[in-house]
Amino acid sequence: MALALDFPKVKAIVESYTEKVDSLIDSYADKKEELISLLQDVQAEFNYLPRDVLIKISQKLDIPLSQVFSVATFFRAFSLKPRGRHLVTVCLGTACHVRAGQRLVDKVERDYRIKPGETTEDMKFTLETVNCLGCCALGPVAVVDGKYESQMNPDKLDRVLRGCK
Amino acid sequence: MVEQVRKLLEKRLGSTAELENLRRSILRKREPSRTCISVCGGTGCRASGAEAVVDALIDEIERRELQINVELKETGCHGFCERGPVVVIRPKRIFYQRVKPEDIPEIISETVLNGNIIERLLYVDPVTNEKIVYEPDVPFYKRQTRTIFGANGEIDPTDIEDYIAVGGYSSLNKALFQMSPEQIIEEVKRSGLRGRGGGGFPTGRKWQSCRDAEGDIKYVICNADEGDPGAYQDRSLLEGNPHSVLEGMIIGAYAIGSHNGYIYVRNEYPLAVRHARIAIEQAMDYGLLGGDILGSGFDFTVTINKGGGAFVCGESSALMASLEGKIGEPRAKYIHMSEKGLWDSPSLLNNVKTWANVPLIINKGAEWYSQIGTVGSKGTMIFSLVGKINNTGLVEVPMGITLRQMIYDIGGGIPNGKKFKAVQTGGPSGGCIPEQYLDTPVDFDELTKLGSMMGSGGMIVMDEDTCMVDVARYFIEFLKGESCGKCIPCREGLTRMSEVLSNITQGKGKREDLDILEDLAGILSGGALCALGTSAANPVLSTLGYFRDEYIAHIDEKKCPAGVCRELIQYSIDPEKCEGCLRCLRACPTGAISGEKRKVHTLNQGMCIKCGACYDVCKFDAVIKQ
Amino acid sequence: MPRYWINGERWVEVEDAEGVNVVHLTVDDKEIAVSGGQTILEAVARMPGIGNIPALCYHPAVKPYGACRICTVEVSEDRGSKFKFVAACLYSVKEGLVVKTNTERVRKLRKGIIELLLARCPNVKRIQELAEEYGVEKPRFVLGDQDCILCGLCVRACQEIIGKSAISLVNRGIYREVAAPFYAYKLSEDCIGCGDCAFVCPTGAIEMGPDGKPVLPKVKIPYAEIEAMTKKEAVATS
Repeated sequence: MALALDFPKVKAIVESYTEKVDSLIDSYADKKEELISLLQDVQAEFNYLPRDVLIKISQKLDIPLSQVFSVATFFRAFSLKPRGRHLVTVCLGTACHVRAGQRLVDKVERDYRIKPGETTEDMKFTLETVNCLGCCALGPVAVVDGKYESQMNPDKLDRVLRGCK
Repeated sequence: MVEQVRKLLEKRLGSTAELENLRRSILRKREPSRTCISVCGGTGCRASGAEAVVDALIDEIERRELQINVELKETGCHGFCERGPVVVIRPKRIFYQRVKPEDIPEIISETVLNGNIIERLLYVDPVTNEKIVYEPDVPFYKRQTRTIFGANGEIDPTDIEDYIAVGGYSSLNKALFQMSPEQIIEEVKRSGLRGRGGGGFPTGRKWQSCRDAEGDIKYVICNADEGDPGAYQDRSLLEGNPHSVLEGMIIGAYAIGSHNGYIYVRNEYPLAVRHARIAIEQAMDYGLLGGDILGSGFDFTVTINKGGGAFVCGESSALMASLEGKIGEPRAKYIHMSEKGLWDSPSLLNNVKTWANVPLIINKGAEWYSQIGTVGSKGTMIFSLVGKINNTGLVEVPMGITLRQMIYDIGGGIPNGKKFKAVQTGGPSGGCIPEQYLDTPVDFDELTKLGSMMGSGGMIVMDEDTCMVDVARYFIEFLKGESCGKCIPCREGLTRMSEVLSNITQGKGKREDLDILEDLAGILSGGALCALGTSAANPVLSTLGYFRDEYIAHIDEKKCPAGVCRELIQYSIDPEKCEGCLRCLRACPTGAISGEKRKVHTLNQGMCIKCGACYDVCKFDAVIKQ
Repeated sequence: MPRYWINGERWVEVEDAEGVNVVHLTVDDKEIAVSGGQTILEAVARMPGIGNIPALCYHPAVKPYGACRICTVEVSEDRGSKFKFVAACLYSVKEGLVVKTNTERVRKLRKGIIELLLARCPNVKRIQELAEEYGVEKPRFVLGDQDCILCGLCVRACQEIIGKSAISLVNRGIYREVAAPFYAYKLSEDCIGCGDCAFVCPTGAIEMGPDGKPVLPKVKIPYAEIEAMTKKEAVATS
């Protein structure tokens, strides 16, 4: 309520957002072939690809919006929906699979009711799977908030997730 | 500002003489007898806590004011990933494994200051029970031929001077000033080097066709989109020794007449991206990359591009589409990429390991190189030996070594006394090789003859507890998720294959399903647009060929002999062994287990979801899986 | 007097064919001469009575794509000793090429592809016709109920002919579909309502709507496990 009346504050937030978006896109001004890198920067900045940013990219870099959208939906690195505060990535590479990595995914599915690619309703966790992080000696591997957890089992994963706020 | 520019210009090497002077001065400054603690900083060891070990070392060295006498170096991957974090103390090369931060004070006071060995940190040979002190004596390393990967343990990838100290960029020097582009290509051809990315195409021939292709603008590309699950050699090379890859690329660019290069790295490898970036910056500072390299007049710049999370972008035409800002859709390669590739220009694309082989070939010559390996496959290959194996890690061996030697002599065999069942090579495009072929030499053509392939070097060992039908299903699921969806055989064929295989693993399979699988395999290999599709059926075909009995068991008897496929296994509690400890009861997510303390527990089959939690936690072997 | 097709426009007597790149090849054991620079499909399409190569994702007005793969033929580059499968719509004619458009192997491959297509789109007339021609009865798979075969002709027409790129192929693998940006089933200003997409569509999956804009194919009954696609309906805004 208070925010809605605080026009200067709202205006400042919107302006800083616009500035951030513009400066990101402008840094790729003559490099429309680096669309994927730009989208990665946007994903890193906002934790997903906001619709208005994609539209702006299409306009500023003169790329058909349909192509921007195709690229955004083709690659797994990008998410069109906001991601949760904590990203849980379970490795399902062959070595981790052979060491029962699927059970980690099953555990998260059971406990938090999200499938890979989905986010919990309270925006706390996003579950992703990845095909091989390259830590095959330590499988099964899960990465929680950028931290690699090795030799995981469903119990250990449970404890790690409970520790996330 | 002027000062910064001056410093930069000072670093710049404008000639062979300057490079050699720098090399000499670096080596002079380094005391070979000075203690150097090298800690493996590859992603694998980091995941085991290597960063905490490094921090502890920094603290302890500072605390004891040893900075002058003791050097700390965080290197790339040493390869023995099973035993990480790995710490090697030079110059003697004392080898400590599974090091924890708590061990550091003792390492400093005992080993570094007093020369005493800490026995508990040594590697113990499981066969002889002997404690191995020095790195070269560790059987895992001793039986390898680490011509390319060995340098990882000696250099800090973020310091170009380390690379120069071990002879780096001398090949580039030789190529630029003592050889013509034609001679370089001739040397690569005579070496017999074949592509290490999967195709195994003769590298020299590819370079020749790119050189001969029409066009003034040509591109050199390094394919670091290592997507095969279970393979991570490219990552470790790029993380640990990025300059070796760069040097190879510059030589290649000079040979074909290209001035622009790209390194396409998988999105999931942030450390590799970072180290490659640092390497490029430093190489540019030193005049080894960029304009007028080493004063030769040759210009070449390299840009790094990150992938977006698509296995199909490891395919050369999809990779180039992605570099052009489009989706990673492959195209037909009736006209090769070396004639019309990136932006329709001739493009030379090679794998990370292939590029890393080039400086070695130029330095030591094709004769030397072609003496290693077999008739059809020259040189060494770096494999990732993972799965059900004791010594998991990255292994560099000469082509021609047998599978048995790799798995048992170097890999240490199967853990927990289990029986070997198969080794999967070549990633999702390869196949599973059973026990009777263990004496096959590892070589491009030999593996292909067995229905598999070399691929990028992934070698996944499987034991009696691995269900081969499940393995086939796993690979098809993987490919289905990674298919670009353009062509019908791949998109529809893989989906239907996955349906059939899921049915079989769930006990709903029929005998006709095996014919359907073979028919679909035919459609894929004959009709698919790109190599992802045409090779997609290999895992299925090879498991059908060598392990048909497992498929039959799933279909006819509705049983999974390895005890993996969930719908076909049953957990139950052995009343004779159950101690009533309540552990399984608490672990069960659905409440299917009931019982009281110190009384035999019972498992309600109807509520059991076969998650295996009870099997894991029971300490009395009272949970039976059948 | 040998005659040559020049760019599919006219027959030309040999003296007039100066400066034209002529290619001699054998198709189904018949020796023909065509102008170079075209694909097998184009060359054969203009020579009635030689080979009958079916194609779904091909249209002369747009660049070939190679998605449906039923135009696959066998070719030999070494005068007939080894043959391999190639897509006729993409493979350029070469001097001395030997092409076989209707062998056992080719028919078997086409039959397999049609079976997969029929399982995806059992109610599409064009697919049913092909199925009858190649002897495909009932697919051995769970049936879907789609109209779109993802040939990409609509997308290519909008991009190459009209230059608007109002629609594109989004997602990958089995989740691939033709969509407007952000799944707006009611199309944006980029779409000028020309109807080219509906015109080139080989299955009739796109129809023009009452507002003059095309109605893009929606997934009806998904097969086996692509129910995730229906969740996208909830995301679609107008």
